Amino acid sequence: MKIGIPREIYPEEKRVAASPDSVKQLIKMGYQVVIESNAGAAAQFTDDSYKAAGAEIVPDAASLWGGVDMVVKVRPPMENPDSKQHEADLLGEGKNLISFLWPAQNKELMDRLAARKATVLAMDSVPRISRAQKLDALSSMANIAGYRAVLEAAHHFGRFFTGQITAAGRVPPAKIMVIGAGVAGLSAIGTAVAMGAVVRAFDTRPEVADQVKSMGAEFLMLSFEEDGTGEGGYAKVMSPEFIKAEMELFAQQAKEVDIIITTALIPGVRAPILITEEMVKSMKQGSVVVDLAAEQGGNTEGIEPGKVVVKHGVTLIGYTDLPSRLATQASNLYAQNICHLLKDMTKDGVFSVNMEDVVQRGTTVVNQGEVIWPPPKLPPPPAQPKKAPTPPPAHGHGKHGHSGPAEDPAETRRRLLTYMGLGGAVLALVGMSAPPAFLAHLTVFALSCFIGYMVIWNVTPALHTPLMSVTNAISGIIIIGAMVQMAAPSGTVVALAAIAALLAAINVAGGFLVTQRMLKMFRKE
Amino acid sequence: MNSGLITVSYIAASILFILSLGGLSNQESARRGNLYGVIGMAIAIVFTLLAPKMGGFGILIPVMLIGGAVGAFVAARVEMTAMPQLVAGFHSFVGLAAVLVGVANYIDTSVHYASHVERVIHEAEIFVGVFIGGITFTGSIIAFGKLQGVITSKPLGLPGRHGVNFAMILFSVYLGSLFIGANPPHSQMLPLMIMTLISFVLGAHLVMAIGGADMPVVVSMLNSYSGWAAAATGFMLSNDVLIVVGSLVGSSGAILSYIMCRAMARSFISVILGGFGVEAGTVAASANTEQGTVTSITVDETATLLKESKSVIIIPGYGMAVAQAQHPVYEMTKFLRDRGCNVRFAIHPVAGRLPGHMNVLLAEAKVPYDIVLEMDEINHDFPTTDVAIVLGANDIVNPGAQDDPSSPIYGMPVLECWKAGTVIVSKRSMASGYSGVDNPLFYKENTRMLFGDAKKTVEAVLAAVKQA
Repeated sequence: MKIGIPREIYPEEKRVAASPDSVKQLIKMGYQVVIESNAGAAAQFTDDSYKAAGAEIVPDAASLWGGVDMVVKVRPPMENPDSKQHEADLLGEGKNLISFLWPAQNKELMDRLAARKATVLAMDSVPRISRAQKLDALSSMANIAGYRAVLEAAHHFGRFFTGQITAAGRVPPAKIMVIGAGVAGLSAIGTAVAMGAVVRAFDTRPEVADQVKSMGAEFLMLSFEEDGTGEGGYAKVMSPEFIKAEMELFAQQAKEVDIIITTALIPGVRAPILITEEMVKSMKQGSVVVDLAAEQGGNTEGIEPGKVVVKHGVTLIGYTDLPSRLATQASNLYAQNICHLLKDMTKDGVFSVNMEDVVQRGTTVVNQGEVIWPPPKLPPPPAQPKKAPTPPPAHGHGKHGHSGPAEDPAETRRRLLTYMGLGGAVLALVGMSAPPAFLAHLTVFALSCFIGYMVIWNVTPALHTPLMSVTNAISGIIIIGAMVQMAAPSGTVVALAAIAALLAAINVAGGFLVTQRMLKMFRKE
Repeated sequence: MNSGLITVSYIAASILFILSLGGLSNQESARRGNLYGVIGMAIAIVFTLLAPKMGGFGILIPVMLIGGAVGAFVAARVEMTAMPQLVAGFHSFVGLAAVLVGVANYIDTSVHYASHVERVIHEAEIFVGVFIGGITFTGSIIAFGKLQGVITSKPLGLPGRHGVNFAMILFSVYLGSLFIGANPPHSQMLPLMIMTLISFVLGAHLVMAIGGADMPVVVSMLNSYSGWAAAATGFMLSNDVLIVVGSLVGSSGAILSYIMCRAMARSFISVILGGFGVEAGTVAASANTEQGTVTSITVDETATLLKESKSVIIIPGYGMAVAQAQHPVYEMTKFLRDRGCNVRFAIHPVAGRLPGHMNVLLAEAKVPYDIVLEMDEINHDFPTTDVAIVLGANDIVNPGAQDDPSSPIYGMPVLECWKAGTVIVSKRSMASGYSGVDNPLFYKENTRMLFGDAKKTVEAVLAAVKQA
């Protein structure tokens, strides 16, 4: 089966759907790979490097689209601005296509592809479940967008990110607020923190607070309780009260921070306005806002999709092609996502769609000319059990072993009294009947048990094995019992005692020596 | 030599034994502790030999020398991975010695009693000593067999086994009532012998019912029993040094068993009664139906990942011991540490088949003990660790123990390796751990499975790491 990788025709699009590495992997899976000449040029993949990986190079789009069984690309098929030829019409009858498609926004394109009797997999429709993460191109792209957003901000920002004390004076660190801690948001946080900025982040989903903190940012809390977790890992629309509290927080932060990066998207809806013109006005001269939601209308009032504008002294960056601005990385990751998808859908070198598999079902939007989007709803993922109250960790690893669950003190006292009473009664009984010699031994026994108890708790767990072998050796003390019986007149007794002495001697010598051997091995660096 | 001198020598020996155990509280003083033990033992033996009314030296001395030589030979030859078997085997000797001394003491008619009460007490001591000794003897032999792999490590679940055990104990008590204080003394032999046999069967049966991974508890429990057997012998012979040592060892074993049980979040009773694997099997297919996929990793990818990491935590388990992988593991550790990577080891209390087993194996491979840390010391470091390597361990790294209340091991403290950047799990296959519980760790997104024998895999990774 032949896979074709065309050159992207969207203006300024630098990405490509295959890298020399991914070509090798596809060939290993049993595919032939055909690449349009110069398809990877903008992503720094030369035709020669593709050829070296085993791909065939064809000169133009027409010969590519016509001659393959499957086309893999990045952007949805579109009309070529030069030749006025629509890519969807180039696709051979009944062939396959994999790309970003945005079925919700592109009804007409879907019909067009259906008319070609095509089978179409949309990389943007991969179900967001953990099993499908390796083929989740949206996450890959969002990661890049977050990274690039910080670089764009740095580029337009007139100061260092990191605070420094220089000979010339003190440089304060840049303060950055990231709104929305999804993949892009977290990636932006990580990048900004790595560059030395002071980063704060906000998200309506409280469970991401830990992730935010783990990336080194501060999580901004509202004193307002509402869980914004929606479907598929996205946030949902919040209540008006919540939004009001949220906006107050942003207004206050806008006065303090130097850079705002917004990433708030709600699926199927225009991106919510979070940064009003008022807030932009209140920001310091030279501040920067990067709006990753610009394509969906933007989170910022006054943002212009695809452009950088300066309003009220604040640079508003509305680029919609951030991943493409890191073309090599984006192409690499996208190509890897494609490989993972095809690996799952290839059985013995043959491509097939398994409608029983939720991932393949969700990704496939047109099946042999039939539009099957949207897919049936997935059962909601098993709700993460609200952090089950972990049992109180037994503190003090064996040094103080008596932690136990907290008990009612009155109950404890009552039980203690019962035990003491019982113990006292038993002792009294023994004391009244037993001969004094026995009582003397009992004293020794009881005290030794307590000494043992105290001493053993102090043994470090790393030495538990030597402890066992040394206690083993000293329990060979039973040899004394055997020895004192050797003088008995009865031959049977002597024989039994001799065997016992033999066994105990093995224990004594073996136990001590093996302990010595073990302890010698423990050494410090 | 007068008996006062003997007594003080025993006091000295007892003190030395206590110091010996005290010395084990840390690695620096441990060797001195062992030396105290040796001196204590030497004093006790020498002064006993010099005591009045001793005899039979012609047999005793050669026998002790032979025993000592055998012990020394075994101690010098044993593999560190075979420590659990060795310890279990040694316990059986103490148990059998206790039985023999007890029986010999009964047969020895030269003993005279001042009163009837004294005789009753003495005979009760004999009876109890032999009973405990018998259980220790066969129990240890079975434990030895299981650890050595001669006997299947699967728990033997006879129907109504608790009832059988209980009946055996009751019957022994009945035999005890026949034995103690009975007249004429000759009629006592039969109950004593039957009871000895029963204790043998009981010991074997108790341990047969316990599965392989519960062996740390079993071995420490047998350690405890061997101590109590020695203590009972001490009562029988009115010998305080035996009582002191017996109770020291007895409480030591009991505490170790307690620590092990706590580390598995299970009660001592439930471990001793055995059959854990059986209960677990039925519950295992629990909760999360969507398991997700397992992502595997190659040796080369592992090597690349390790070379790029700044901090690595290795979690060894029984699999490492079986594969004898500790040496190449340390080779790798040394190499990575020389490159500036902070490699450390995390030890779970029940890793391996003996308390502290992993520490001994790593020490054998010359891993410095200051980079070998306990669970509580290292658990909070996982989030800042780049790579966690799970080497032949399973249940002790099961996240289900924390977040899946339906898991049979729920509540057991575990090493939270999944909080590290990447978790590499080296495993022979996808088989579940001893407890039969599926491990959600394998399906986590940041988990990579490295299939293969632990030793070969580590050697291959080491070669790959060194190469580039």
